[in-house]
Amino acid sequence: MSTQSDVATVATELRAYAPTVDLTVSPLSSRKERTRPLTGRAVGNPRTEPGPVRFIIIALAVTFLSVFVVLPLVVVFAQAFSKGIGAYIAALTEPEALAAIRLTLLVAAISVTLNLVFGVIAAWAIAKFEFTGKTFLITLIDLPFSVSPVISGLVFVLLFGAQGYWGPWLQAHDIHVLFAVPGIALATIFVTFPFVARALIPLMQEQGTQEEEAAISLGASGLQTFFRVTLPNIKWGLLYGVLLCNARAMGEFGAVSVVSGHIRGETNTMPLLVEILYNEYQFVASFAIASLLAMLALITLVVKTVLERRLDEGQEPSDH
Amino acid sequence: MSIAVARRSTLPGFGLTMGLTLTWLSIIILLPLAGLFLKTFELSLDQFWSIVTSRRTLNALKISFGLSFAAALVNLVMGTIIVWALVRYRFPGRRLFDAIVDIPFALPTAVAGVALTQLFAQKGWLGAPLAELGIKVAFTPIGIFIAMIFIGIPFVVRTVQPVLIDLDVEIEEAAASLGANRWHTVFRVILPSLIPALLTGFALAFARAVGEYGSVIFIAGNLPNVSEIAPLLIVIRLSEFRYADATAIAVMMLLASFLIIFAVNRLQRWAQTRIPAH
Amino acid sequence: MTIEVKNIVKKFGSFAALDNVDLKVAQGELLALLGPSGSGKTTLLRIIAGLDWPDAGEVSIDGENALARGASERHVGFVFQHYALFRHMTVFENVAFGLRVQPRAIRKDEATIRARVKELLDLVQLDWLSGRYPSQLSGGQRQRIALARALAIEPRILLLDEPFGALDAKVRKELRQWLRSLHSEIHVTSIFVTHDQEEALEVANRVVVMDKGRIEQIGTPGEVYDDPATAFVHGFIGESIVLPVDVSGGSVRLAGQRLNIAANGAASGASKLFVRRHDMQIGPAGSGSFEGAVRHVRSFGPIQRAEVALSGGEGKTIIEIDAPRDRELQAGEIVSLQPRRYRIFAAQD
Repeated sequence: MSTQSDVATVATELRAYAPTVDLTVSPLSSRKERTRPLTGRAVGNPRTEPGPVRFIIIALAVTFLSVFVVLPLVVVFAQAFSKGIGAYIAALTEPEALAAIRLTLLVAAISVTLNLVFGVIAAWAIAKFEFTGKTFLITLIDLPFSVSPVISGLVFVLLFGAQGYWGPWLQAHDIHVLFAVPGIALATIFVTFPFVARALIPLMQEQGTQEEEAAISLGASGLQTFFRVTLPNIKWGLLYGVLLCNARAMGEFGAVSVVSGHIRGETNTMPLLVEILYNEYQFVASFAIASLLAMLALITLVVKTVLERRLDEGQEPSDH
Repeated sequence: MSIAVARRSTLPGFGLTMGLTLTWLSIIILLPLAGLFLKTFELSLDQFWSIVTSRRTLNALKISFGLSFAAALVNLVMGTIIVWALVRYRFPGRRLFDAIVDIPFALPTAVAGVALTQLFAQKGWLGAPLAELGIKVAFTPIGIFIAMIFIGIPFVVRTVQPVLIDLDVEIEEAAASLGANRWHTVFRVILPSLIPALLTGFALAFARAVGEYGSVIFIAGNLPNVSEIAPLLIVIRLSEFRYADATAIAVMMLLASFLIIFAVNRLQRWAQTRIPAH
Repeated sequence: MTIEVKNIVKKFGSFAALDNVDLKVAQGELLALLGPSGSGKTTLLRIIAGLDWPDAGEVSIDGENALARGASERHVGFVFQHYALFRHMTVFENVAFGLRVQPRAIRKDEATIRARVKELLDLVQLDWLSGRYPSQLSGGQRQRIALARALAIEPRILLLDEPFGALDAKVRKELRQWLRSLHSEIHVTSIFVTHDQEEALEVANRVVVMDKGRIEQIGTPGEVYDDPATAFVHGFIGESIVLPVDVSGGSVRLAGQRLNIAANGAASGASKLFVRRHDMQIGPAGSGSFEGAVRHVRSFGPIQRAEVALSGGEGKTIIEIDAPRDRELQAGEIVSLQPRRYRIFAAQD
């Protein structure tokens, strides 16, 4: 899953080349605009297209979206339940399925936790201080967005693979990075790193440093200032970043596929298991797992919308 | 006794947080990147070139870039229509459809892949009627095309949406008062002002489609030279332990992507000078 | 607590925000830093607070080198222009903040903290708001809470950065008086920054007039108004008429015509004559230093404001003067003007 992933992908490249591009595509700015009323003042404006034209446009839009987005989603659930609820539950309680679910949860927990901590740290360094090289640093943080998931996996194979730079050394010490949980965790951490930082940086920049300065002038230490003043102010942005980070961590396919080795029962995450089962024509099982991931996606979207509203409220002018 | 005071920051923790950030970035991002670069430079220019121009590689790159481009074009057109309908019209279910636009973003790629395959397979809900018409979608380049369209849908829509929402109605009213009919107003006044956003959306959709793996490999036939995408070729080379080949293809992909995005970016800058953005 | 600032220099790139500034602040006084934007007043304030650091110079508070400590250790209360209230805390928690983050060794117990907060909220007359959030308060209320918050830590010095800048005129006036009476109650050494001269002259014990990173004059409000030390001060404070004159051999000439005023030791050369609008005496033609034709008269209240075109120099120099209404001026009338009180400064670049 790549929520906003490559939206920011090329935006990063674009930004590097043309800082004048007005369209910041950070999760926050596009979110901000989108929660404004959907209808511009043009609706109800007599100066709009004639009826038949409107009808055609709406019809095209609706048909297109239905065919390309709604139908695939429906297919997932239809296939999953095509042999009844019994088969559905059975598919989910297979040992391999449970192992995949456990692994996915584990990897997500690791990635989200680490990227949460380091994302906050990076956002603090970038948003609250002035220094040269900031743009470079931000571009670096955005980098995982810019590369194909396969390439994200590739780079780890180059390091840890049997013929990688550290391969022989790892083999000599019987340490397994690739084709084992550490490799999967690393690849997932790589692709999900930017989410928390990118959610926090614009938010913290917008909030400025005044409240922190006030806290310092009142005698608070750095940690006190962070926990008592900064953290409460960024909590919704933090949740937003964590949400997206988690969704991507659980849904990542390409990068994990490259590093995982697809060892049944051991190194298959849920997306990988979907692939394996599908290739074995075990459609019900495959779509059953897929349906779990689809539900995760839908829930993520719902929570994301709620959080976006919260974030917008929080940014209503208060002190100014 | 005048003391020159060293530059300090008001807020504490700069040293610590910068240090930690740089360390983490180095481990997680710089190190892997370094590996990529090192590997690339192990090859001589000749070797690099021969790998990249081998028939299979070239075809894979052509398929990836060509179909991505085409799919991005489709998304450009359809995205414009969709965003127009969502922003300018009222119809039942509008909010729902607006939310639906995000699904290709949110859905794990493997799920999208198997779902699309199932849909367009010979016996699928859409594949069957199409087969009657003699069109085979799954396991052909057409399937790749369809998958790339799917994942690109949100990009044009979401990039253009805020711009369209902010568009000043008075501009349209001015055009109308000057005698322009609706056709003129839309195509000469409104759409041109959307061009920078449209180009950005296009570039984003294109870039995403080029690198896409999960959504595509199920519905693609994955036949070398016919329906094999570049990312898949990279994976295959890795499994063959031909790391150098894999790296070369990856680097080629990155270079080509950067070039195309750069070009689109230039185009966009040019468009912005001609058509001042908001 | 006394503050002493010596030879402070602060540059942003090549822009000198503070250029060798010296200042002494006496115990318990209420000092205004007055100047246009870019004059360096806020930078100076922030340096004293520890929120910014000078490139060179010393700051001592009560004889101790203040630069050795950061803002959290200087025990200085700072009130920000936009209040900087903690948006997610109630008014009560905002004011209590400074007391809650004290090191355990000196932190007071909960009951004492509560009592102190209540005391402060009573002082600013906003006790009834203690459960609200900053977003629910008006601008004036927020400012008073910000002040209470700064006072909670019993600061040695109170620093206010354009405290009333973001408020509308009526509220500003009220808060001005309120600040003055508060200060006479608490007697904390206080410095506030403002670009509003009326505010500075009304509220402060002493005014420091700054421009382009330098101190132009330090004095009581009366001194800076009646006795400006430089052309800038004269022009910045109060309304002045400025006329280009030439000084040579002890005589003053305006557009070639000799004026009947003493040069008062002004240096020879191109200069500027500064006269307050109401210090220009009007008389019948022929009696004063120079003459002009009245173009336009506006009367309001006890004064009439007249636009006068000076004769000589093609009648292009137009000045505004304030005259009492004992004799109503007519448009077109020729009058003579004599500066009662004036200053001559060398013409600046």
